[in-house]
Amino acid sequence: MSAAATPAPQRKSQRRGVLVDRILLYGVAVLLALWTLVPIYLIAIAAFSEKVAVFEYPKALLPTRFSTETMEFFVGSSGVITSVKNSVIVALGTIVVALALGAPAGYALSRFRFPGRDAFQLAVLSSKMFPIAILAIPLAVTFIDLGLYDKLIGVIIIHSAMVLPFVIIVTAGVFATVSRELEEAAQTLGTSRLGAFMRVALPLALPGLAAAAIFAFVTSWNEVFAATILTLRERTLPALVVASLNQSPLYFKFAGGFFLIIPSLFFIWFMRKYLFNLWGPGR
Amino acid sequence: MSSVSFEAVRKVFGKTVALPGVDLLVRDGEFMVLLGPSGCGKTTLLRCLAGLERIDGGSVRIGDREVSDLPPRDRNIAMVFQSYAVFPHMKVYDNIAFGLRMRKKPKPEIERRVKEGAALLQLEPYLDRYPAQLSGGQRQRVAVARAIVTDSPVLLMDEPLSNLDALLRLHARAELKRLHTDVKRTTVYVTHDQIEALSMGDRIAVMKDGEIVQVDSPSIIYDRPASVFVGSFIGSPPMNFLKCAARDGHAVGDGWEVPGPPGMDGKPLLLGIRPENIRIGQGPLRGRVIVAEPLGSHTLLTVQVGKDSLKVVAPADDVFKPDQSLQIAPEPHKIRWMDEASGTAIAAPN
Repeated sequence: MSAAATPAPQRKSQRRGVLVDRILLYGVAVLLALWTLVPIYLIAIAAFSEKVAVFEYPKALLPTRFSTETMEFFVGSSGVITSVKNSVIVALGTIVVALALGAPAGYALSRFRFPGRDAFQLAVLSSKMFPIAILAIPLAVTFIDLGLYDKLIGVIIIHSAMVLPFVIIVTAGVFATVSRELEEAAQTLGTSRLGAFMRVALPLALPGLAAAAIFAFVTSWNEVFAATILTLRERTLPALVVASLNQSPLYFKFAGGFFLIIPSLFFIWFMRKYLFNLWGPGR
Repeated sequence: MSSVSFEAVRKVFGKTVALPGVDLLVRDGEFMVLLGPSGCGKTTLLRCLAGLERIDGGSVRIGDREVSDLPPRDRNIAMVFQSYAVFPHMKVYDNIAFGLRMRKKPKPEIERRVKEGAALLQLEPYLDRYPAQLSGGQRQRVAVARAIVTDSPVLLMDEPLSNLDALLRLHARAELKRLHTDVKRTTVYVTHDQIEALSMGDRIAVMKDGEIVQVDSPSIIYDRPASVFVGSFIGSPPMNFLKCAARDGHAVGDGWEVPGPPGMDGKPLLLGIRPENIRIGQGPLRGRVIVAEPLGSHTLLTVQVGKDSLKVVAPADDVFKPDQSLQIAPEPHKIRWMDEASGTAIAAPN
């Protein structure tokens, strides 16, 4: 449609419509950003102020009295360093187990028509139907029987089970976007079936796998309930913070909260280029 | 030597029989085109040759090697896919080098051959680019270069030109033909485009419903189709078929009579004639012009003769009006007689 053919008022209203869309879009984006950033900011201020600043009211919106006192206290508390180490081990272990099991399952779902395929897909999802709160006690009993209770491997298994459905569904979707002809081309050029997967499908699926890894990491890092129930001494960081919540002062909680946020932010920071590849204009 | 032979090759998908039992011999160095409408099994046949599908019966041989049970990488073939299947995460250089690397060629040789392949397909300026930065035609050339640098004696192509726009396709067609003359690989080329088939093939295998209905050189396929199907599938517009009956060595149609094939008395026949093999002026067939379509180089007439309507190619200079009466004559040596009942050609005495 040429500009001259459109009556002027209509053009103006169209332009106004675009403007309104823009304002709405950016408005919502800003709101969402504030929604996550403001609490992080407040926690950060509290974590890096003197202990007494936490109890002041009204709150200072700017870090007026910067101090590492609170953080030092938190890091110095008994069990914190160990539980951070535990959390890292569990989160990384969860990524490894969930991807090692989930990626092949997702690949199979996207590539092969096998009997029971739909039922399998449904079963994967339906495992999310049971809240961990209901499963916790029987699981604890089973884990005690199996000798997995209060062991990090036990927490890794539970966390892997929690993220697996998501990992399977996401990787199935990712592999579905990798054309089968690409793998076939690799095979005609001299790779085996597995070689074609490793050299072509896997590199192309990397962004999606990174997203799944982020999800696994963040889920495991933040997971409290199962970790609390299934461990006693080998606490992960959230489990430790929760367990000591009642006995700990407010500034300890802020420091713990801040400490819990940081690794997730770093992990997402490192993975973000893969995410942009997946959703951005890169491909 | 790298001829390719299919013997009673059978392929079944679930309950659907895609290939009931195909026999075909492709000679060493030959450019064989598999031509047919979509769903006729031509791509399946090609994939059976590549090893991307397992055959359910018969055998596939390349040279004197039985390859039926070998995976694609052990068949020593190279393939160009319809979507090109150029690896998006690799630069053009690495795409072309892929097959050579998988075959563990020494590095200097890889570099030399990639350069040669790139030169052959005019890809030198793009070796450092990713496929996303290339046009469709360039990507197609990358796919071809990647296939030919491996030196596989057999080259398979699955509709490699169908994703190009019309003008580019014309150009790429000529390029592929030149390439074949240069590299002389045994080539099996799948297409549903009859012009591609006629212009590129040394021979054409026309397929229908999983079976090969005729294998011949393009000129024979065009001039002497083995069946009504081949005659009407190839040629644009397709061959005309006029109903008639054999009587005393003549073919008698609706208001006309021409000398017919011997020994067919009483049987219903079809007179097959290409639109460009019909002379206008004097002749045994009387008709009426229904539509005249000037096409620049010639005028295409739709002429009603009795109950049949047929296409006739007329010189561009002549002027025709709708409803105009005409006398037309099929050139006798260009007539292809068909048995109406079976739809197959009656062996010509000459």
